[in-house]
Amino acid sequence: MLSTPLKRADLGHYRRKMRSFSRRVEFPYSIAVLVVVGVFWEFMTRWGHVSPIILPRPTAIISDLIIHWHLFLSQAGMTLLEIVIGFLTSMAVAIPLAMLLGASRTVERMLYPIIVGSQTVPVVSIAPILLAWFGFGLKPKVIVVVLITFFPIMMNAFAGMRAMSEQVHNLARSMGASRFQLFWHFQLPGALPNIFSGMKIATTLSVVGAVVAEFVGSDSGLGYEIMVAGSNLDLAHQFAAVSVLTVMGLTLFAIMSRLEKVCLPWHISVRSAHNSR
Amino acid sequence: MSVSIQDVTKHYAKGGRTVVALDRTSLFIEDGEFVSIVGPSGCGKSTLLMIMAGLVQPTEGIVTVNGRKVNGPFPELGIVFQQDALLPWRSVLANVLLQAKVRKLGERQLEGRARELLAMVGLDGFEHMYPHELSGGMRQRVSICRALLHKPTLLLMDEPFGALDALTRDQLNVDLQRICLELGVTTVFVTHSIEEAVFLSDRMVIMSPRPSTVKEILSINLPRARKLTVRATPEFNAYSREAILVFERVGVLHDAEATTAA
Repeated sequence: MLSTPLKRADLGHYRRKMRSFSRRVEFPYSIAVLVVVGVFWEFMTRWGHVSPIILPRPTAIISDLIIHWHLFLSQAGMTLLEIVIGFLTSMAVAIPLAMLLGASRTVERMLYPIIVGSQTVPVVSIAPILLAWFGFGLKPKVIVVVLITFFPIMMNAFAGMRAMSEQVHNLARSMGASRFQLFWHFQLPGALPNIFSGMKIATTLSVVGAVVAEFVGSDSGLGYEIMVAGSNLDLAHQFAAVSVLTVMGLTLFAIMSRLEKVCLPWHISVRSAHNSR
Repeated sequence: MSVSIQDVTKHYAKGGRTVVALDRTSLFIEDGEFVSIVGPSGCGKSTLLMIMAGLVQPTEGIVTVNGRKVNGPFPELGIVFQQDALLPWRSVLANVLLQAKVRKLGERQLEGRARELLAMVGLDGFEHMYPHELSGGMRQRVSICRALLHKPTLLLMDEPFGALDALTRDQLNVDLQRICLELGVTTVFVTHSIEEAVFLSDRMVIMSPRPSTVKEILSINLPRARKLTVRATPEFNAYSREAILVFERVGVLHDAEATTAA
């Protein structure tokens, strides 16, 4: 009796293994592309007619990274701190707000137009104002990160709350679910995929926010490093800082994706296409 | 559990116009009966079911269950929806036990029953799989188990097998009949398949198109438990024929001559 289902489970396990394997072999392809582009770049700057003042060689960038690794590490730490604090604050405000909006049409009618309207204000343009209010420290950067990541997190979470089908709603009601039970057992888990996609968009934006805020006024962070190197016409150093930022953004995104996979193994975005029957 | 529907009317406002989904519909369902409601799409048969469940309020009229007026969903109720409505983040067992969790009946206490029900529909060994790992027929079986977990005395089914392929549907018809006989639960089954309705029902309620009401009630006197081959017998065909004739009379079906003439 049990042998058939067990075999099925094994098959599922095997499939999952195969998928993670195929993901692993996909990765080196993109690495290979990057290496080819890098080599081409090196040739162009070495033997082509591109001045190293305009475009530094990849090797120059790498050596700059190696020489100043300690500096980059501490500046990246600063930027990362701004991002993490800003991101967590943003989540702590945006997700409960989305829940509130999702729970009540009245609250939605009151706040939704204001929230959407506020998004027409370019966050970057108010960075100098924040600087005037909060000075050079951590605060204005964190606030810019919050402002820039708030909208995608809130909107996606809200869309997720509203995505519950009428049928699921009726099911919950037929079970005599209370308002809280409806939210906790049906609405919130159903909204998690949207919440995660909002957070994934927000991770890349949070790096932008932190760097822009550092451009406007700071004495530390990778944005500051880029500004200083710019005034010294040290393009290799600028590129090196940019690559550190890129790695940071990628890492944050990867952590978020990983978290999504752990939290939502059932969701279609996590399952691979050939697993669906 | 008996259900009495008295002069139930339901109006919908749709684009500024009032649509009459149900027009003074009356029906009495006896305890332990299997009644199917058959009618064309949009005839308000699902609306009628939702009104019986207390999920939709009628514009006029009264529904009583065991003499009690229905104002909202009641605990003796189990519903199976058109789509399985399984929660994709819960395993098969957890989906069935959701009924216990929301109703605060104790998941531990009802786990045994959940497993029994799953075994009853041939899903033993699948308890820890997720809905996306199952076929459409298996998913609908799970949702039937979920609807039955808390021992409801009234089972409402809204075109539960409409999205399934014909063979899977046949199998589920057989399984459903067996379960209903075993549990003795009063069942109201909405469908637009005449064959399915004749096969499953004690009585078959035929609805007219909008504004719809009960047009005819056929008692199906075929011995239980019915086998699928009963569908090839003259008695079965006589019931199907009768149902088709009613649908022709109300203008839902038009036979070959009628269409060529038109």
